[in-house]
Amino acid sequence: MTLDEVDRRIIVATQDGLPLVARPYHAVAEEVGVPPVEVMERMERMLDAGVIRRIGAVPNHYALGYRFNGMTVWDVADEDVAEAGERLTAAGFVSHCYQRPRMPPAWPYNLFAMIHARDEVTAGSLVVDLARRLNGLSRSHMVLFSTRILKKTGLRLS
Amino acid sequence: MTTALDPIDRAIVNTLQGGFPVCERPFAEAAHGLGIGEAEMIARIRRLREDGVLSRFGPMYNADRFGGHNTLVAMAVPAERFDEVAAVVNAFPEVAHNYARAHSLNMWFVVAADSRATVDRVLTEVQERTGLPVYDMPKEREFHVGLRIEA
Repeated sequence: MTLDEVDRRIIVATQDGLPLVARPYHAVAEEVGVPPVEVMERMERMLDAGVIRRIGAVPNHYALGYRFNGMTVWDVADEDVAEAGERLTAAGFVSHCYQRPRMPPAWPYNLFAMIHARDEVTAGSLVVDLARRLNGLSRSHMVLFSTRILKKTGLRLS
Repeated sequence: MTTALDPIDRAIVNTLQGGFPVCERPFAEAAHGLGIGEAEMIARIRRLREDGVLSRFGPMYNADRFGGHNTLVAMAVPAERFDEVAAVVNAFPEVAHNYARAHSLNMWFVVAADSRATVDRVLTEVQERTGLPVYDMPKEREFHVGLRIEA
């Protein structure tokens, strides 16, 4: 879908969150300068088109105790990537899953899946679970745990 | 610093990670399902935001659909230069997040911009200013997930 100027103004007005008031879409409408019903219609349209992934609570993994953030990476034959990606996301605990180019010889992995856990033992068992699901499809894998967050901001539209 | 959450807070976090209604009184509608009132719902969400349990409450936008470009970048940074290089990388507003990870490729960050040309300029400047190679790994395919994280 193509976004017009009004859509962009709605995005800018809501990317940090909805106003926490009884009629939040009305408050957005006032800020953007269009009728409330138009804000709601446009947001429904953006939801349908996937411009908005979802609307609701965005938890902070760290605050909920999920300190073990692991980037699992897998070397999967190109023709098996679609199947492997489906199996990883079907596990239900992967937050992001992408195919990316390999960087030989430093980096043979082409499938990335993020996991989150409250302790190292659980994180390890999630990796084992994923490896079992990929049985036969992955030639090698590893998990890179984050040791420090150096920067974290959202993607911004100005 | 896990904040003490009561069962209603947990229910809000666990059930409202998507599907928040688009209507005139959405908090009232969402509150109804949890057996609380609209004002309490708003007050609890505000407190969860202030306590940092929620990083946001509202729409999650898919930046790809804005015509934006982003890539994941890895670097192998010598330990003694790590903080210096992190400062160079983080100074770019196009760098959305940056993590230290336990691997010889020990710095991983996302560069997001409205054009591939801007992404390329950032990568070139990072290489010039640090003298270190960058590994540019743009996403080739995304697998969709409907993750709900349990409070």
